[in-house]
Amino acid sequence: MDLSSAFVLALRALGRNKMRSSLTMLGLIIGVGAVIAVIGIGEGAATKAQEQLAALGSNMLFVGSGSVNRYGLHVGSFQTKTLVLADARAIVRECPSVSAAAPGTGTGQQVVFGNENWATQITGTEPQYFEVRNWPFASGNSFSEDDVTQSATVAVLGDTVRKYLFGSRNPIGETIRIGTLPFKVVGVLTPKGTSPGSGQDQDDVIVAPLTTVQKKLLGQEWLRWIMVSAVSRQASYVAQQQMVSLLRDRHKIRSGDPDDFVVRNMADMADAAAEQGTVMTVLLTIVASIALLVGGIGIMNIMLVSVTERTREIGIRMAVGATEEDVRLQFLIEALVLGLIGGTIGIVFGVTSSLAVSQGLGWPIRIPVYAIAVSTFFAMAVAMFFGFYPARRASQLNPIEALRYE
Amino acid sequence: MVIVNPATTKNADAAGVSTPLVGVHDIRKNYQLGETEVHALRGVSVRIHAGDFVAIMGASGSGKSTFMNILGCLDKPTSGQYLLEGTDVSALTKKELARIRNQKIGFVFQGFNLLGRTTALENTELPMLYSRTHKNDRERRAREALVQVGLGDRADHFPSQLSGGQQQRVAIARALVSQPRMLLADEPTGNLDSRTSVEVMEIFQKLNADGLTIILVTHEPDIAQFAKREIVFRDGQIKRDDVVEVPHVASEVLKTMPTIKD
Repeated sequence: MDLSSAFVLALRALGRNKMRSSLTMLGLIIGVGAVIAVIGIGEGAATKAQEQLAALGSNMLFVGSGSVNRYGLHVGSFQTKTLVLADARAIVRECPSVSAAAPGTGTGQQVVFGNENWATQITGTEPQYFEVRNWPFASGNSFSEDDVTQSATVAVLGDTVRKYLFGSRNPIGETIRIGTLPFKVVGVLTPKGTSPGSGQDQDDVIVAPLTTVQKKLLGQEWLRWIMVSAVSRQASYVAQQQMVSLLRDRHKIRSGDPDDFVVRNMADMADAAAEQGTVMTVLLTIVASIALLVGGIGIMNIMLVSVTERTREIGIRMAVGATEEDVRLQFLIEALVLGLIGGTIGIVFGVTSSLAVSQGLGWPIRIPVYAIAVSTFFAMAVAMFFGFYPARRASQLNPIEALRYE
Repeated sequence: MVIVNPATTKNADAAGVSTPLVGVHDIRKNYQLGETEVHALRGVSVRIHAGDFVAIMGASGSGKSTFMNILGCLDKPTSGQYLLEGTDVSALTKKELARIRNQKIGFVFQGFNLLGRTTALENTELPMLYSRTHKNDRERRAREALVQVGLGDRADHFPSQLSGGQQQRVAIARALVSQPRMLLADEPTGNLDSRTSVEVMEIFQKLNADGLTIILVTHEPDIAQFAKREIVFRDGQIKRDDVVEVPHVASEVLKTMPTIKD
């Protein structure tokens, strides 16, 4: 029997039992649909995480003042006083993989405007901070280099702070009180959302000149952190090594002694987030595969019933000259066609349901071509695998007994 | 006990050889039925020449069905030799047997054995599906075969839309379509009324007159009288093998029968 005849035959046989064929396919439809939807949602989430990290600056590095162990007492991070402005300058000057560095410190303060007040984090830094963090302004501007040298009492508001203090009013030019000091608002930042790493609200912040925060709010000379921008994402790992050795050198740390600072690489965080996404996708794929497996068992079940029911037909075919191979091929192709049709419907089902999820829940969806290819392949492979035993059983029937079968 | 029918000698001579179409020598068939061994055939030898029309008679359990299954290459003898056109069939593989059934043998069964929900035309095409005949060729030959049995206008009917006699004629068309060397009919009139039975025999006689070898299993003595030769089985052996002196002519018999239905 040639293949095209076998396909026509299979389509007719399945068409004769539409209800049963549809129910048989249902398992596969759900399985393939689940695979597509799961991969679509998983990939979408991973893509979004990547985008969030890119917005954070994937070539960004963070140098923080570290913890130190003094006389057996382990002091928490941001406790050392060794990280200073000169370190930030040296990093830009001496590390070739670094394009910019913004030194900074911070303190928690109560902020007041009119009748409104809000407890927030005050970040003291230099104007390049906004570039390093890739953070555009919604209105107004950054404070200037001069503001830093003169320790001017000017402030840039994060979106959350603006909302709580000003509501719908325009904050530019208004004066707010941080602690006891009046600050003039010069700019408002665009919302950045929660940090993908810590889940903190990144917009709950006020940014002011470094010297102003150091002298007028904190009374500390040292830095809590330096935000560093590497020339590229690839370069960020090199930049990390360059900074570590430079800072160890500058802080005169003997080899073998621990660092008195910490360097964190956003690329690492991006990788970690991506890995998390992968783990999720793998787990969901396993679940979806089980659905496919169940679908396959459904096919086998119905095919076995079908073979028994069509024993006489098989006998007739054998009597007129069908070989074992012909009979096996016929039933295998039937299973294959079931897989093909079920898989196709499953893809449509998976794509529509993931689009529905994306619409309804606002989740980002990305269905890669490989997901469709892989699930089609698996649907067919499952159908063939589970169709083989019934097909073999059909081909092994004794024609005389099959012809006599009632 | 070899009887060569005068009608067949012509063909044999024309072929220049005396090889019979079917040469069966001392075949035996044993079944294991639970603890007991059943001897369905106990040494059967027979030769059937091309162009013959043989009726095989016998009570149920006489071994005639087993014999037919072996002749039809659906079953193999436990021992003995079966030569089909000089080829030892008992030595062939399952696949080769399927090919012989496809090319050389046409089957007609008591229960018609048509595929349900499949048109007369497609039922007739069935054997050619397994001989890799081209689609267009398949349809043309199937239509020709249906015309041959007088069902040219029913090609697109389903078995459920046809009378018993018509269904059996579709089955005959299916058996004819691959131009077999012999037609094996197992109780072909068992499910038919007497007039339709004679109509089927008329077709058989016409096909036989055109040179087709027919072997017919029946338990109705009337039906056997339409054949040229009658073989009677009993207890797994041939009890009798006679020439039918004056075979009935189906077309003549039909004239004497009252037309009832349709």
